[in-house]
Amino acid sequence: MGRNHQLALVENKGGGLRPHRSDISAIFEQVLGHPVQVADSTNIVEDLGMDSLGVMNFVMAIEDFYDISIPLDRIAQIETVGDLIHAVEDLRSGTSS
Amino acid sequence: MTILDKHSAYRHAHDTLLQHGVDPLNVRFDSVLSPTEGMLGGRRTILLGTNNYLGLTFDADCIEKAVEATRSQGTGTTGSRVANGTYDGHAKLEQALADFYGRQKAMVFSTGYQANLGILSALAGRGDHLMLDADSHASIYDGSRLGGAEVIRFRHNNPEDLHKRLRRLEGAPGHRLIVVEGIYSMLGDTAPLKEIAAVKRETGAYLLVDEAHSLGVLGETGRGLAEKAGVEADVDFIVGTFSKSLGSVGGFCVSDDPDFDVLRFVSRPYMFTASLPPGVVASTLEALVKVRAEPWLRADLMRNAHRLHDGLTALGFRTGPEANPIVAVAMPDQELAVVFWKMLLESGLYLNLALPPATPTNVCLLRSSVSAAHTTEQIDTALAIFEHVGRELGFLTDERRRAVGAV
Repeated sequence: MGRNHQLALVENKGGGLRPHRSDISAIFEQVLGHPVQVADSTNIVEDLGMDSLGVMNFVMAIEDFYDISIPLDRIAQIETVGDLIHAVEDLRSGTSS
Repeated sequence: MTILDKHSAYRHAHDTLLQHGVDPLNVRFDSVLSPTEGMLGGRRTILLGTNNYLGLTFDADCIEKAVEATRSQGTGTTGSRVANGTYDGHAKLEQALADFYGRQKAMVFSTGYQANLGILSALAGRGDHLMLDADSHASIYDGSRLGGAEVIRFRHNNPEDLHKRLRRLEGAPGHRLIVVEGIYSMLGDTAPLKEIAAVKRETGAYLLVDEAHSLGVLGETGRGLAEKAGVEADVDFIVGTFSKSLGSVGGFCVSDDPDFDVLRFVSRPYMFTASLPPGVVASTLEALVKVRAEPWLRADLMRNAHRLHDGLTALGFRTGPEANPIVAVAMPDQELAVVFWKMLLESGLYLNLALPPATPTNVCLLRSSVSAAHTTEQIDTALAIFEHVGRELGFLTDERRRAVGAV
């Protein structure tokens, strides 16, 4: 739980619909504990070496930051940072997948 | 590339376990002597990980009823509940369950796993929203996928997080069904059901509680956590199993929903499988009588649970947050967990080795479950074995005991 409390410290300053890659990499850094370089093509599991718990903590942090819930089947489709940005955009604009 | 190559990561993980000279996933008992003892590798072994909470597997009356029903009605029904597989016993068992819970309706399934599959898939369909505690049992996750509802996880035992996620759904069409468990099977912690019921009332969601590990264990009359927390009126559906406190196999759901019986024609895991054999139905019915007539079993169970939980904590082990019949000891890493488990086994103590991904927060656990049938001497022997192995491995140090507040 300690990590989750820390994650709440990352503030949502953007406010717009379009998620910023810099916000997402800041959340990655909080979960992983070290700086990361992310591009749209970055594979979340393979390139960042996250285990399933790390992915879950990361997803929950993203959900809190953008005030959304990403349904399980939608999470399963997300492989890259680009996929994640699309999913967040869709959910924030209320478009169903 | 073969068709099974996709599972190679699991195969390699299993191979790593085998290097310790044991296979925790393939323990084979030579024989089981009682609810609390078995023969394992020619050694008399205390069983401390069998979910046999009330010790009814060897109850003379339950055995007699099973034998009697098997002789008179045969070994199996060979058919579905909606075809030739409904006997008088199945109907009587459903009536007894409804009566026990003070509910209008009850349905019996062939396993506890299928009860969750059959109920969740039929209750929450496309367009509905299932709100699952993140630490839910596999049968809850699988049942959720079968129905096609949108599945949203909330943080384990966190009513605020649940509330936040329901609020995010405001305005979206479809029903909301919250799913929690009475006692969580890995750490033995209970759901904050009062608070979750309040969220349910405020948001107009339905609430389902899986009392698999809490039936016959919690509450004044053994009905589970909903009874203990005093919120039975807020719980729309209770799911449970016969394979723990009732000592047999099978699952059920009870409810007061007037349309409940439609589930018998839409729930595929109910319809497309053979019904329970008459012997199983008969012993389960008798076990339910025992739960009601012998409340001291629950008192014995909780006394043993406290003795084991408090004893392990005093020795310096890190256990779960509550003294419930499931007592899990956290190990710092998998290597030590496997070696520790193997040495317990070689000392005559069987319990479950629980490793990720089956555990919450990737923790490695030595998972015990106590029974009302354990004697005080057996619990003390188990504690002595734990202490011996802990010292042998250099795990139990004064420093560690201080860290967990044991000294």
